[in-house]
Amino acid sequence: MTEPAQHSMASQLPDQTADVVIIGGGPAGLAAAVTLRRQGVPSVVVLERDVSAGGIPRQCAHPPFGVREFGRILSGRAYARKLVSQAERFDVDIRVRHSVVALHPGGELSVATPEGPLTLRAQRVLIATGVREMPRSARLVSGTRPGGILTTGVLQSMVNLQHLKPCNRPLIIGTELVSFSALHTARGAGMKPVAMIEAGSRITARRPLDLYPRVLGVPLRYATEIAHIHGHDWVEGVSLRNAQGDHWDVDCDGVLFTGRFVPESSLVRLSHLELDPLSGGPVIDQFGRCSDPAYFAAGNLLRPVETAGWSYSEGEAVATWISEDLAGNTETAKTIRDARRIRVSCSAPLKLVVPQMIVPDCSDGLQHLQLRMLTPADGHLTVKADEQIIWRKRLSALPERRVLIPLSALNVPQNCTALDITMQPKTTA
Amino acid sequence: MKQSDLYDVAIIGGGVVGCAVARRFVLQGARTVLLEKGSDILSGASKGNSAILHTGFDAPKNSLELQCIKDGHAEYCDIRTKLNLPLLETGALVVAWSQDQLARLAGIVDQAHLNGVEDAVLISAEDVYRREPALGDGVQGAVWVPDEHVIDPWSAPYAYLLQAGQNGAQTRFGVDVQNGTFDGQHWTIPDQGGAIRAKVVINCAGLYGDLLDRDVLGQMDFTIKPRKGQFVVYDKAAADLLSAIILPVPTEITKGIVITRTAFGNLLVGPTAEEQDDRADASVDQATLKMLMNKAEELVPALRNMDVTATYAGIRPATERKEYRIQTHADKNWITVGGIRSTGLAASLGIARHVYGLYESMGRNHPAPVDVAWPKVQNLAAHRPRDWAKPGYGEIVCHCELVTQREIEAALDGPLAARSPGALKRRTRATMGRCQGFNCTHRLARITRGRMTPEFSVGDVDD
Repeated sequence: MTEPAQHSMASQLPDQTADVVIIGGGPAGLAAAVTLRRQGVPSVVVLERDVSAGGIPRQCAHPPFGVREFGRILSGRAYARKLVSQAERFDVDIRVRHSVVALHPGGELSVATPEGPLTLRAQRVLIATGVREMPRSARLVSGTRPGGILTTGVLQSMVNLQHLKPCNRPLIIGTELVSFSALHTARGAGMKPVAMIEAGSRITARRPLDLYPRVLGVPLRYATEIAHIHGHDWVEGVSLRNAQGDHWDVDCDGVLFTGRFVPESSLVRLSHLELDPLSGGPVIDQFGRCSDPAYFAAGNLLRPVETAGWSYSEGEAVATWISEDLAGNTETAKTIRDARRIRVSCSAPLKLVVPQMIVPDCSDGLQHLQLRMLTPADGHLTVKADEQIIWRKRLSALPERRVLIPLSALNVPQNCTALDITMQPKTTA
Repeated sequence: MKQSDLYDVAIIGGGVVGCAVARRFVLQGARTVLLEKGSDILSGASKGNSAILHTGFDAPKNSLELQCIKDGHAEYCDIRTKLNLPLLETGALVVAWSQDQLARLAGIVDQAHLNGVEDAVLISAEDVYRREPALGDGVQGAVWVPDEHVIDPWSAPYAYLLQAGQNGAQTRFGVDVQNGTFDGQHWTIPDQGGAIRAKVVINCAGLYGDLLDRDVLGQMDFTIKPRKGQFVVYDKAAADLLSAIILPVPTEITKGIVITRTAFGNLLVGPTAEEQDDRADASVDQATLKMLMNKAEELVPALRNMDVTATYAGIRPATERKEYRIQTHADKNWITVGGIRSTGLAASLGIARHVYGLYESMGRNHPAPVDVAWPKVQNLAAHRPRDWAKPGYGEIVCHCELVTQREIEAALDGPLAARSPGALKRRTRATMGRCQGFNCTHRLARITRGRMTPEFSVGDVDD
């Protein structure tokens, strides 16, 4: 802002180019890389900021991963290794310890590397930077800020990558699928969770997972929220409160916040690309293309949160369209390049819809609108083309559950300018 | 006793004031020791503040506080390049949101001019929006104060003490001074690691300054009234919404809530002003954080779509009176530097000069050192080149804040090595970004294993 750069340009590496650069070496990114190579794209570079590629599955010791992709049940770690070795077999240029620090228009990337800063220009860029869990701070939880406050991601990477225990007696916040994975990891590491708590009246994940903590003797408390974290250097306990406003204290040495995934979309936020405030990820069309036609996106960056398998398929699919787009002379390529798009929006209790732009009456591209709920909802999922209802379906859904609307089922009128998706209450049905 | 065991001054408290005082005394040739009860500097009041380098435009006229802020501002700008300290030249706008507030702006300009801040000017609502298009509706006008700036609140005091150390000062951590004896010439402060003897004691104990005076000096001239301030830090994407520090028109009771960029490229909102009895409890409170966010989103509507990166609270060592409580007890070779409630970061270098003046007026002085070392600290500010732009850093450990392995290793080494997660965060910014350690805690736990208290982990996984 006010001071000139002080380091000389001598440390800047010579500029480089690639056909496609993929940001993020997780399931979506590596699946896309392999697909692009299979389809004959000459130079495909994967930029991975971590010390090895594989993404979040690297730190998941538990199965099941890879059933659809590799035809067998793998641990996360084995799955990640397979993703990497497959990509290497297809001559994908995986560059670890490469951090993209800025996205520029037209596919130009500023990259930090241990050898010096680098400008990398690609004909197309695929952003596949995944998700992370919402930390304590963004949840605005009251109390002190001692050591021992963590997320499932921290737990799993500490235990499975470093063989270290982050705490001994954590309180687990949340009951999403990942929360039970956290419970599993904690127990496997010799930790003794003191309880799991859930603000709602049932677990967010599918039953009968609620039996799992009971089997382990870990109390599962519904309608319970964290009111205050205590401790100076390290967590000494928490105050909980129930729906009646009663408060009570629980002794623990850790607070484990699980789930509430958010897209790892900081690069998008700080760039020229349009961001969807609802999903927290980039705005895409049904081909995964962002608001700058040089950029595409796939995987959990688009929508918290799906399985590794889903992200893998999405990576493959978007890679196909990138490859078509690069080839430039197919019907699909023309559609990707030129077809008129209309906006898709949604409102509460719907949390998000992806893609946010579609080409009306087009059978190419992603086959579904993907939705999530903010709160448990029961009613009619309704699609309006401008003001006209074109599709509805009875639906009862919980937050964090996959909700899909097949695009082929939507008969979008020719002159339609926008789609809006709502949940209409049962009573008006 | 050997002469070498006797210090000219013992400074008690390693907050920003203690660090700045240590630097000043060393630069004046005094044999100096700083005693800090924590395992790192900045463990108390100096841990959480708004990081503004004030001009003193709104300080009480003719006050010691005003003089210290002005001297502190000038000295910071003078030495910062030599110490490699950042300066984010934002300027500040005191924004009026009502006719009543607008009517008070002229008085603020007059006060600024009286305080020697002559470039403070009244500007129109149109000019405000031209500078700050993200501000919400209702701006009536503002006072523009060009020299209000933003700095790194942790690397500045660290640099002061680092420089003091390189020029001969000693620092001892884990020394919780509860008593001491004065024999008419020298103070003796007992400690497990060996008693500390000094000719003069300077109380920079911040939130505990009154207790130190009571227990060791035997006289208490003021009472600390801890005043908590909570803050919300927004994501880096929000930083560009504003260019200047946005200040409210102050009331009789409070200076109010500030919205400012940080040196690290975030947007900061706060502080609250909450009286409490506890001197250590820097809890945040959900309802208060939401209130701060509502306030911020009212003033800058685009913040509604921005994520929160962090929340924190600082505790200011206020007293029963508004002014600084700096007092010489010449008969006891003791100087109390108390009640530095909210302008301490900006004023610290000025306070240090003032305190050295008091020391001289006790009839003490020293030959100044000939060669002065000027250590350069690592730049952590977002607007200047960071370590990752220089090859050979190994790996980036904290991705959100782009903290390199080389920076982590450097922070774990040297005379003021980080020995706690908090210290490591302040030295490097590791885990202070949007993911709050989701990605890097495991790496930090491994790299720092056996080198901090507490550790990031509690032990090995049971096999």
